[in-house]
Amino acid sequence: MVGIVSYGTYIPRYRIKVEEIAKIWGEDPESIKGGLGIYEKSVPDIDEDTVTISVECAREAMKRVSLNGSEIQAVFVGSESHPYAVKPTATIVGEALSIDSFFHSADLEFACKAGTAGIQNCIAMVESGMIRNGLAIGSDTSQGAPGDPLEYSAAAGGAAFVIGSENVIVEIKDTLSFTTDTPDFWRREGQPYPSHGGRFTGEPAYFRHVSTASIEIMKRNDLEPEDFSYAVFHMPNGKFPVRVARNLGFSSKQIEQGLVVRYIGNTYSASSLIGFCAILDVAKPGDRILLTSFGSGAGSDAFIIEVTENIESYDRNQSVWKKIERKEYIDYGMYAKLRRKIRMG
Amino acid sequence: MIPSFWRKIRYRYNLTGTKCENCGRIYHPPRNICPECRRKSSITEVDLGDRGELLTYSIVHDAPESFKLQRPYVIGLIKLESGVVVTSQISCKPSELRIGMKVKAVFRKYGEDGEDGIIYYGTKFVPCEE
Ligand SMILES: [Zn+2]
Repeated sequence: MVGIVSYGTYIPRYRIKVEEIAKIWGEDPESIKGGLGIYEKSVPDIDEDTVTISVECAREAMKRVSLNGSEIQAVFVGSESHPYAVKPTATIVGEALSIDSFFHSADLEFACKAGTAGIQNCIAMVESGMIRNGLAIGSDTSQGAPGDPLEYSAAAGGAAFVIGSENVIVEIKDTLSFTTDTPDFWRREGQPYPSHGGRFTGEPAYFRHVSTASIEIMKRNDLEPEDFSYAVFHMPNGKFPVRVARNLGFSSKQIEQGLVVRYIGNTYSASSLIGFCAILDVAKPGDRILLTSFGSGAGSDAFIIEVTENIESYDRNQSVWKKIERKEYIDYGMYAKLRRKIRMG
Repeated sequence: MIPSFWRKIRYRYNLTGTKCENCGRIYHPPRNICPECRRKSSITEVDLGDRGELLTYSIVHDAPESFKLQRPYVIGLIKLESGVVVTSQISCKPSELRIGMKVKAVFRKYGEDGEDGIIYYGTKFVPCEE
């Protein structure tokens, strides 16, 4: 059975608080925190980008099971902040991981769901026998325009998964995707910051896609929300995942462990995946997990996952919540410099 | 600049050295021949490990233009667990530095050739929290 052999995460250590951003734009931090359900977000260092974050989380995943680069035959990096427009992030990641050069690789883009798209590609390739193990990474250093509401949520982080069929810590029982042409959020080629379609972002985009994919995958597997130990949904803010969980019939207890967005913001392609890894950090054999991502444009990938006995002996020391706690606050001036919002002469 | 960087890319991306099987000496940067054993040298590649100890450092305030955003930056001498000493940028604030502190290798950006040029990546070190 195809599943996850190992996983790794990376969260940059800098954080900026909502208060610090609100102060600059003359907004009320309490109403923003209440409205968005985000208190602070992660910020990458000046020498970090999607490539470095991808390498760091993938190295952790491989180290945990002492996997050699030569045992990986495919690398997918899903991101909306690839540093090059032309030259795949996956080529640099493959070299840094010392993967034997005969490997399949591609960069994927689908707003915040490009990481789960990579997982699906790896599942298919492992199942077909094309590869033994594949690496799927969701990683981003996302930006919102200065003063845009997105500035409170757009954050940085990465999650990597080794997908294979031997010694899996979880089995991937089923996956499906739901995709439509919905103009909720976009960024044109060459533009530094994204645009969003206001009222398109909620009901017709996030809620419709996440709900439809989640309901359909449960239905075709004869499962109800109470059959799951945990659920994790894409986290563009702290409100949407909580509301969609409630609408679908999941309790707050089922989603709490994966709700990382309040303290690190929306890490885009890594968002639902870092939450999923936080769940894997504490999951027990037999636990069933629902994972549903969302990418603007728009689509959702849903997964039904079951934890195996192998998780008991798997190295889970560097937990996601520990990494969230390891932080250093910066002010808006430092943030503007790190995110290159200052125009240099 | 680009071809020379590219040829050594794997030694910048990972801490790989060369070992002379004849005398046991380990070299970083890697060498094709052991200067001690000369014709008798027998060279193999070795992984130098990603943990080490900070031997000494200097803080560079007068940074070149391309390092302006990183100013001041730190260059340190690190003794790896394998015993090999490497020179590298330490990605941290000067106030965090302490001789003898444990450091670990990370993958970071070195710099870029302007906004339309190539981006350089490689190994740096950060303080080790554990
Ligand atoms: Zn020798």
